[in-house]
Amino acid sequence: MNRPDGQLEEEKVFKDPVHRYIHVRDQLIWDLIGTREFQRLRRIRQLGTTYLTFHGAEHTRFNHSLGVYEIMRRMVENLEKKMTWETDERLVCLAAALLHDVGHGPFSHSFEKVFDTDHEEWTRRIILGNTEINEVLSRMGGNFPEHVADVIAKTYENKLIVSLISSQIDADRMDYLLRDAFYTGVSYGQFDMERILRVMRPMEDQAVFKHSGMHAVEDYIMSRYQMYWQVYFHPVTRSAEVILSKILHRAKKLLAEGYDFQQTPKHFLSLFESTMTLEEYIRLDESIIFYYFQAWEQEEDAILRDLCRRFMDRRLFKYVECDPSKQMLIWPELQRLFTAAGIDPDYYLVIDSSSDLPYDFYRPGEKDERMPIHLLMPDGSLRELSRESDVVEAISGKKRTDHKLYFPEDLLLDQKEYGEEKRRILSLLHEQEGM
Amino acid sequence: MLHEHAKLLSLLKGTGEVVGRKKLQKMVYIAKKMNEPFREKYQFHMYGPYSEELTLRMEEMCQADFIGEVREKKGGYYQYRYEIADKGEEFLEAVRLPEGTVNENLLRRLNESSSKFLELVSTVLYFEHFPKEEIKAKIGKLKARQNYSEEDIEEAFSYIESLRNSH
Repeated sequence: MNRPDGQLEEEKVFKDPVHRYIHVRDQLIWDLIGTREFQRLRRIRQLGTTYLTFHGAEHTRFNHSLGVYEIMRRMVENLEKKMTWETDERLVCLAAALLHDVGHGPFSHSFEKVFDTDHEEWTRRIILGNTEINEVLSRMGGNFPEHVADVIAKTYENKLIVSLISSQIDADRMDYLLRDAFYTGVSYGQFDMERILRVMRPMEDQAVFKHSGMHAVEDYIMSRYQMYWQVYFHPVTRSAEVILSKILHRAKKLLAEGYDFQQTPKHFLSLFESTMTLEEYIRLDESIIFYYFQAWEQEEDAILRDLCRRFMDRRLFKYVECDPSKQMLIWPELQRLFTAAGIDPDYYLVIDSSSDLPYDFYRPGEKDERMPIHLLMPDGSLRELSRESDVVEAISGKKRTDHKLYFPEDLLLDQKEYGEEKRRILSLLHEQEGM
Repeated sequence: MLHEHAKLLSLLKGTGEVVGRKKLQKMVYIAKKMNEPFREKYQFHMYGPYSEELTLRMEEMCQADFIGEVREKKGGYYQYRYEIADKGEEFLEAVRLPEGTVNENLLRRLNESSSKFLELVSTVLYFEHFPKEEIKAKIGKLKARQNYSEEDIEEAFSYIESLRNSH
């Protein structure tokens, strides 16, 4: 096998619980899967802290990336019957699907918030930098690595190709909805992907869906809606996420103050200082995070020690529903009481909002920045999905925002010290919930 | 408490009102590129850099009655007009952002430009790590429908330079 863009002599398959089999026929794809940067994704969970809520959610970005590749492979196979592709564009699609998440780090949502980094930027650097992935892609010649990076960044000239991997209904979302539903064990993430792929039709800027397949698309939208509220936005998962972020904030602050760590976070130093190299980034994975969190359970600093124990032993914060317009009236008093009770409100009193999530659900709107889903009508015209579907229309206009206030109830219930302040805090928090 | 929301409210308070969702998106992106402390994450979309996080935050503030959103019919589509509401003013008071957190002069200046021009400026900024000629080529390909002229693109470059020099 000499040609890197050639077919393998024998097809390789991966068993997969979601798609049954993942088929690899191209040498390029097989070689990309074997790179160390792609193998690293085995050590990064797809759903971050969700495993603390749904114990089955231990699947990784490796599984998901293979799944997105497989859906893209099927899409390309279907679309090839209806359109002609430029040279290499089939492989650009497949490689982009496989590599779209390669820049994700461990618990990347929290890391990105605290350190102001961007996994998409790391994806680009891994694809274009001095890496095994770049070496494999470069064998294709020309600007192949740049084309793959551009598709993932949504700046590739061919919008149809971009839309297959990143749009309101794309290979990425279809895989993560099905996969996350499977591994969390929830029953409401299912939809008929085969049917959706069969009714997909290529247009200049995006793929559209034959009107006859509308009900399969409706199911997909319902799945997205249900998974958003029931899994991605689960309050317990968010509690773990809040604690994780606070651990990182605390470590960052202590380091800036010159605190003498028993276990210095040397793997994060360059991240704290915004000087992290590509090689250092590639070496970061969840095992390193857990190593530090476990070591920090013995630190002198009481806040860092407590937060790490909470995260590792799943002693999470409790929450109450929060209406910001009412919360603002009691916020200064809550902060004062927390401080008076010896509990630092910067780490133990947190509002988490729906806008803090990296997931969304379908919003129609012809003039929005995001291309809506279009149906191909029998007369050849296009109609936005919610204008044809009562189901989609019904869930599109509903309240979509939510805020929760997180706090350590166990500390507040232990009233041996500062009993008066703690009782007052609990009373204010529960009044807030009843408002 | 909700500091990122408070920064957006400061923006609206400082500018009076912002007309158009797209314009607001581009104003925040450009301000962020000018090192203003907005934290919303952006990706490249149909009209250039776009933040889903910003869209959701605005929606949250509409539902909390912190901002007023007026939907107006304009030609074949709807346009949205945003301004801070009384409850939003009260919230800003409660949060007490440090003085000068948001650069009002910069934001007012951005607000004076058209949404179409800010779309071009934000797209240039999105690709600014590329050589100038390559940026022009990308705009030609990705923004073909907006039909930006060579002069428009040069004006965007000058505008960015003047923003950087004066803020």
